[in-house]
Amino acid sequence: MEALLSRFRHLTVLLIVVVAQLLYLAYQVKTNRDERLIRVWAVTAVAPMAGVVEAVRRNTIGFLEDYFILLDVREQNRKLKADNDKLRMENVYFRNQLATAEHAHALILFQAQSPSKTVAARVIGNSTVATAKAVFIDRGSTSGIEKGMAVVTPEGIVGKVVAVYPLVSQVLLVTDPTFKVGVESQKGHVHGVLDCSSGKCEVEQVQNEEKVDNGEWFFTSGEDRIFPKGFPVGTVVSVQPGQGMKDIKLNLSGAPAGVEEVLVVLQGVHQAIPAAPKEEEQTTAKMLPPPPPDSGQATGQSVKPETEADKIFQKYDKIGKDEGHVYGGVGSTIPNFNVKQPEQAKPAAATASTAPIVKEPAKEPVVVPPALLGARPTPKPAAAKSAAAPAQTLPEPVLPLGAPRRKPPTSTSPQPQQ
Amino acid sequence: MNETSDQILRRVVVKESWFSRFQVVALAALTLVAIVGKFYLPRLLPHTEWLELPLLLTVYFGLMRRSQIGSLFFGAFVGLAEDSLSPAQISPIGMYGITKTLVGYFAASVSMRFNVESSVIRLVLCFFFYFFHAFFYWIMRRALLGQIVPFDPQETFVHGALNAVIAVPLFAVLDKMKLAGNA
Repeated sequence: MEALLSRFRHLTVLLIVVVAQLLYLAYQVKTNRDERLIRVWAVTAVAPMAGVVEAVRRNTIGFLEDYFILLDVREQNRKLKADNDKLRMENVYFRNQLATAEHAHALILFQAQSPSKTVAARVIGNSTVATAKAVFIDRGSTSGIEKGMAVVTPEGIVGKVVAVYPLVSQVLLVTDPTFKVGVESQKGHVHGVLDCSSGKCEVEQVQNEEKVDNGEWFFTSGEDRIFPKGFPVGTVVSVQPGQGMKDIKLNLSGAPAGVEEVLVVLQGVHQAIPAAPKEEEQTTAKMLPPPPPDSGQATGQSVKPETEADKIFQKYDKIGKDEGHVYGGVGSTIPNFNVKQPEQAKPAAATASTAPIVKEPAKEPVVVPPALLGARPTPKPAAAKSAAAPAQTLPEPVLPLGAPRRKPPTSTSPQPQQ
Repeated sequence: MNETSDQILRRVVVKESWFSRFQVVALAALTLVAIVGKFYLPRLLPHTEWLELPLLLTVYFGLMRRSQIGSLFFGAFVGLAEDSLSPAQISPIGMYGITKTLVGYFAASVSMRFNVESSVIRLVLCFFFYFFHAFFYWIMRRALLGQIVPFDPQETFVHGALNAVIAVPLFAVLDKMKLAGNA
């Protein structure tokens, strides 16, 4: 037996261990109870390590999650910034488009209103020579442009065409040092020559005796045979007497350096220089016409009775006068106050001026007998009625809108002394 | 020198090398890590329930220890620990214990007949023992506990292959740790 056990020692141990576990397993299944002690030991031994691992995991995973979230946020931020930049660019683009459209609209309006025949063009590039103030426009000989034509905008002059190609033209700006323009002042019609060679535009060849004011407009005079007469050039910035000639600085209204849309004058028509506005019209405010004179003051009539007492006084006074009674007189017969006074046709104007304003209730229309036999009577029109009846309302004078309205002077309300 | 004495000498050399290189503390720590990893790794890395680190450690110990008794006790210990952390209704204490006891014993028995230093042998053995472990556990649940649970051979096959693939580098790392302990 011992020899057998020693020979199969390993197998014996295996069987013992397995059978022992089997028995324990059978015991658990049969009794349906769990051996809690072994589990408590195992859990107690493993739980701390699991806690440490869980803490490490939570921190590391949390850190990694935060890191990736931050990476995502960074990426999102970058994307939002890119979108924002794109929207800004679009905004700028649309604003430019809107400004261009507005300017094009103004050009079209000017083109329609101007008697000169023009063609619209767009500036597409500058000259390659840095010192030359010239630009290229997208209209050429195919559009009817020829060399020497004037280029303007509604705001002012721009330049002249110096070279024409089939599809483009080169325009020399008025700010070029070699460019001269004949100009004329608006008020005194002082003639001069615009010269921008010194960097600032000046009007030359104006005598000191000539009168030119600050802020005065200069227009093209048409003497240069380029620009038709009457195009705005600019306003005077400063005027100083010089040696024989005035030193007049001009601010160009056309801004030729930054212009984008221009008009090329194909057939120029000279226009009259618009008249300068008068000083008083400019300085004084627009005044309303004076109000019409008051009717009571104009006629010089006395104050009409307004109360019942006044009416009774007037009635008795008239009866007394008719019957030769003198109120307060000794020996005078007492008048008959019951005598009915005959109705007197009063003038409409007097009645209108004297009668109080009484609103009467609506009456039945007056039936006029029919002109034809058997025809139905037709009510009298209101106009006829009003014409036949005495006027019951005061005609109010027609005043212009906004004119001050005066209250009629009354005896009870004296005029305040000025 | 006959065959029996040759075997005895070889066993002594192996036993000395194991006790000198692979310290008991390191072995206990590795066992703990494997058990903790078994029930904690799926939480850390989803879809890693198929990874049987305690089984791989038992196989490695059996193959390297080459002691059937020691390996079966080691397998029993690992299996009982695994049972202790499992729900009582599903896996009463002893289910994994018996299975891993047999795995440890057979691993140690196989190591005496094959060159277990070879990666291919390790790969095949790990696959075989995983399949055996899964099948035997399923048999025990069905026979002893009366639990009708399905057994999917294809899934078990794939999981066995994956465990075998994982086992080869893991065993290589454990081999390095053994050499480090020698230094």
